[in-house]
Amino acid sequence: MSERIKINLKVNGEDVTYDIAPEDTLLKALRANYNYDVKNVCEIGECGACTVLLDGEAVKSCVTLAAACEGHEVWTDKGLGENDALAARLQDAFVECGSVQCGICIPGFIVAGVGYIKNIGDPDRKSIRKYVSGNLCRCTGYQKIIDAIEKVALEHERGEI
Amino acid sequence: MAEARIQPNYRLVGTRVPRHDAIAKSRGLQRYSDDIDVTQMLYAKVKRSDYPAAILRKVDTSKAKALPGVKAVLTAEDVPVNAEITKFGQMRDVGGGFEGLYKALASGKVRWKGDPIAIVAAETEELAEQACDLIEIDYDVQPGVFDPREAMKEDAYLVTSEDDSNVIMETNIISGDVDAAWDECDVIVESKYYTSPHDHAYLETESGIGWMDENGVVTLRVGTQVLEHFRTIAKVIGTDHIHMRNMSCMMGGGFGGKEDITVETHIALLVKATGRPVKLVWSREESHQCHSKRNPEYLHYKTGAKKDGTLVAQSADVVMDGGAYTLCTPWVHMYSTYAGMGPFVIPNTRMHVTSCFTNNTSSSANRGFGGPQVNFAYNRQMYKLAKALDMPVYELMLKNVVHNGDPIPSGYIPEGYVAMEEVLTGVYKQLESKPKVDRLPDGRRVGRGIAVGHMVTGRMTFLHDSSRVSVRLELDGTVTVRAGVPDLGAGQASSIAQICAEEFGLDITDVMPFIMDTHLTPLCGTTTATRQLYMSGNATLKACKIMKERLLDEAEKLMGIPSDQLRFGDHRIYFRDNADTFMPFVEVVNNLSNDGGELECIAQFNAPFSEVPDLLNIRGRVNPDMTYTAKGFEVAVDEETGQAEILRMVIGADAGRCLNRNSYEGQLEGGAVYHSLWATTEDLSWINGVATCNNYDGYLLPTTVDVPELEDVVLESGGGLGPYGAKGIGEPSDNDSAPALINAIADAVGVDMNMDYMPVSPEKVLWAIKGKSMEYNRPDVWVEESDPDCETLIHEVPFHDPVVKKNF
Repeated sequence: MSERIKINLKVNGEDVTYDIAPEDTLLKALRANYNYDVKNVCEIGECGACTVLLDGEAVKSCVTLAAACEGHEVWTDKGLGENDALAARLQDAFVECGSVQCGICIPGFIVAGVGYIKNIGDPDRKSIRKYVSGNLCRCTGYQKIIDAIEKVALEHERGEI
Repeated sequence: MAEARIQPNYRLVGTRVPRHDAIAKSRGLQRYSDDIDVTQMLYAKVKRSDYPAAILRKVDTSKAKALPGVKAVLTAEDVPVNAEITKFGQMRDVGGGFEGLYKALASGKVRWKGDPIAIVAAETEELAEQACDLIEIDYDVQPGVFDPREAMKEDAYLVTSEDDSNVIMETNIISGDVDAAWDECDVIVESKYYTSPHDHAYLETESGIGWMDENGVVTLRVGTQVLEHFRTIAKVIGTDHIHMRNMSCMMGGGFGGKEDITVETHIALLVKATGRPVKLVWSREESHQCHSKRNPEYLHYKTGAKKDGTLVAQSADVVMDGGAYTLCTPWVHMYSTYAGMGPFVIPNTRMHVTSCFTNNTSSSANRGFGGPQVNFAYNRQMYKLAKALDMPVYELMLKNVVHNGDPIPSGYIPEGYVAMEEVLTGVYKQLESKPKVDRLPDGRRVGRGIAVGHMVTGRMTFLHDSSRVSVRLELDGTVTVRAGVPDLGAGQASSIAQICAEEFGLDITDVMPFIMDTHLTPLCGTTTATRQLYMSGNATLKACKIMKERLLDEAEKLMGIPSDQLRFGDHRIYFRDNADTFMPFVEVVNNLSNDGGELECIAQFNAPFSEVPDLLNIRGRVNPDMTYTAKGFEVAVDEETGQAEILRMVIGADAGRCLNRNSYEGQLEGGAVYHSLWATTEDLSWINGVATCNNYDGYLLPTTVDVPELEDVVLESGGGLGPYGAKGIGEPSDNDSAPALINAIADAVGVDMNMDYMPVSPEKVLWAIKGKSMEYNRPDVWVEESDPDCETLIHEVPFHDPVVKKNF
C-alpha cells in the first residue's frame, strides 16, 4: 500500500485538506469526506453520476485523479444548491418537471445542467441532449430531465436568474 | 396528443403535484445504502465461483482467517439453515413448482459463474478482498449446460445437486382446437425468436449495511423490493422473526433486480458472526455478472388467418432459461404463459411454456416479468402476417384486438376496462400525424413500426395478495402515513401520500409517508407486479374512508349538519350547500382527540382470490387487472453500416386514471426507453454463463442522444381496479418497445431476415440488407475468427426466417 499524501483544495466554497492515497480518484476523496451527494456508480467515467464542477467545468470525478486537484475548486450538487441561485433554481425545476424518479443520477445531472447553462446556455433541446449525453438515467427516459434544464436555460436567457 | 380529462371534483388526482421525495433527491440529500456509514463498521466481500459448473471438493479458508484484520470467513457449513424455500412475500403457501430452493452459500454443485462460496468481513475493504484471494477452492469442473433447449433433454447435465431433472415448470393454456384450425387458415406464418438476458443495469449496485441492536435484533438497511424476505433471512441465520429487521432504504433503481435476496443474508450472517456492523457493496462488474436477468426465451410461434385478416389460430412453444436457481422463474413463466397470445381475439390457441435450469446466471424478475419476451414474438408475427396478407399492420391489428367483454384464452372475461382499440388508434394517429419520407437527405432509409401489448397489474390471484396501510391524524392537522412500501423511485410512497391529501382536503405537503420498515410499518407486500398503487393505494383509500367517517361523525356533532352533507377541502370540513359554513380540519381532529376518538387506523385491502390452477390446463382468472399499451416507432437505417437511429417514439397506454400526471408520464416514458434498445445494443455477451460486457462501456444503455423527444398518448378510461379507476403502468410501459423498433427497422430495409434473434446488431441488419441470413452468434466471437468481410461465417439457416404458407 502506498503512502498517504495531503492535498489542499476548495470544496463547495470551503478550504479543505484531504488525506488521500496518491492513486485515489476525486470521487473516492470526496466520498471519504462525507460528500455523499457525489454518487459512486460505474467508476469508469461512463455514467456521470459522480459529476462535479472542477474550476467551473463539469467533470466526472471517478476518472479525475484527486492528487491533480491540488489548489483547484470543486463544487458538488449539494454545495451548489446552497450557494448558487442558478443551481438552486435548477434543483427546484427538476422537482416541478417530474424529472426525479429513483434519483441516484440526479445530482450528476444537475451539476451537468449547471455546467451547460453557465458555459453554453442555449435553450435548445438537441444541444442540451448532446451536452448531458455522458450522464445515464435508467428510470426517466430523459424527457423530463431535458424539460427541466431547458426551462431554466430559458429563464436564464431571459435574465430571470 | 390526448390530454388528460381531469375530473373537476378531484383537487390533486390527475395534477402534476410535486413528489415529496424529489426535493431531497435533487438537492443531493438523499442517502442510498452505500451512503450510510456507522462506527466500528467492517467491510464484507463475497468469494465467488470461478466456474459456472463444478462440484465443490474442498474449501480451505485457513489462510484467509489467519490474515490480521479479518474478523470472519464463512462457508455453507457455517450457515444455520443454508437452504430454504424461495418465497417472495406471499402470505399463502402455494407449493408445487412455484417454490424452489434458495441457498445462502454454494454447497455440493456450483451452479453458475459467481455462485457465492464464502463471505468475509474485515477491517478494511482491501483486507476483505485480500482474504477472498487467500481462500483455496478445489473444484471438480463439470461441463455444465447453457442452452435451456439442451437442458430439457433427458441425458442433459444436471444443474443442481437436489433435482433429477432440469425442468422447473411446464404450463399450457389451450382454447379451441388449434390443430384442426390450421386447415381453415388462408395464411400461416411460422417463426422462431430469441430474446436476450436483459439486464436491469440500475445505477445503484446491490448494497447495504447491518448491525445488531441492544436487544439482539439483527437490523439491516438494505434496499429491497421485498421486505418480507426478512422471514427467510431470519431462518437462514437461525433466529426468529422478531430478531430480524430491515429498515430498508431508498433504492437507486430496482426494476425487478432487487426482488431476489441480494446482500441481506450475507450481511446478517456476518453481523451475527462478528457482533460488529457490516457493510457490503457489490462492484459494478459483480452486479452485472451476479444479479438475475430477464429470462431469455426461445419462442416458436405459428399464426394463421383468413385472407381478410381475421385471426383463426395461434400456437406458441416457448423454452425459458431459468438459469442457476429457481428464484422468480415460475412466476415469470406464468406471465409469459398468460400474455403469450397477445391482446387479440383468436378462437383457437395453444400456449405451451417450459422453463429449465442452466448454468447461466439466474434469471428472475425484470420489469415486464415475462411479458416483453412474448410481446416481441407476437408483434413480429403480426408484422409478418400483415406483409403476407398485403394489408397494413394497423388494419390487421385493429381487426383483431380485444374489446371489453371478450374472453381471454383461459376463458376469463377481464373485470377491468379493455381500451386496446382506443390506445392502438391513438398511437397510430399520432404516428401518422406527421408525413413519413422514404429516405432522409443523408440517404438513410426510414421505416415505421407499431406494436401493441397487454400486461398484468397485481400479483396472481391464487396468491391471495393483500396490503396494509396506517393513517394517523396529527393534532396540528397534518397526517402521518405508515406503509411497508419499498420505494424504487417510481413514486410509490408519494402516491399514497397524494391519496391521503386528496381524501382529507389537504395539501400533499401536509402528509408525510414513513415507509419500508419490516417492524415499524404495516407490511404492504412486494413492490413488484405493478401492484403498489393498486394494492396499497386501495388500502390507503380504505383507511382514509374509515378515518373520514370518524371525522364526519365528530363534525356532525359540532356543526349540527348531517355528515352526508359535509365535504372535505381546503383544510376544512364544510357544508356541501354553502362552503362558508365550515370547521377547520385541525379543529375537528382536536375535538375527536378530546372526545377520546381513534386517531389512527390500519386498513387491509385484499385482491380477488382464486385457487391454484391446473398448470397444464390453466382456466379462469389468474390476475386482477390488465393495462393495454401501444407504441409507434420511426427509425432511420444507414444501409452502409446497418446502424439504426430512432427518430420518433409514440408511446401510449390507458391509464385508467392518472393519479399524478408527472409520475404517470415518467413511468410511461421511462419504461419505453428502458426497453428501447433491449433488442439491439443491450447485450451482456454471455459466453458460457459469463457476462463479457459487465459495465456501461460494453453494455450500452440508451443515452439522451439515442432516444428522441417522446410523444405520449395517455388515455383515461377510468376503468381500472386501482384507486379512482387507475390502472398500473410501471411494467406495462415497457411492452412493445422492442418489437416496434425491430418492425420499424424491417420496414426501413424491406427485409425480415436476421431480425428475430436478439441482439439485432447493426451487423445483422447489414447482412439482412445484403440478403444473407445469419445464424444467432456472438458478434465479438465471429469478428475475431472470421476474415474481414465475415463471409465465411454467414450461414443459410432457413428456419430463422419466417415460413409463410399461402393457400390463396
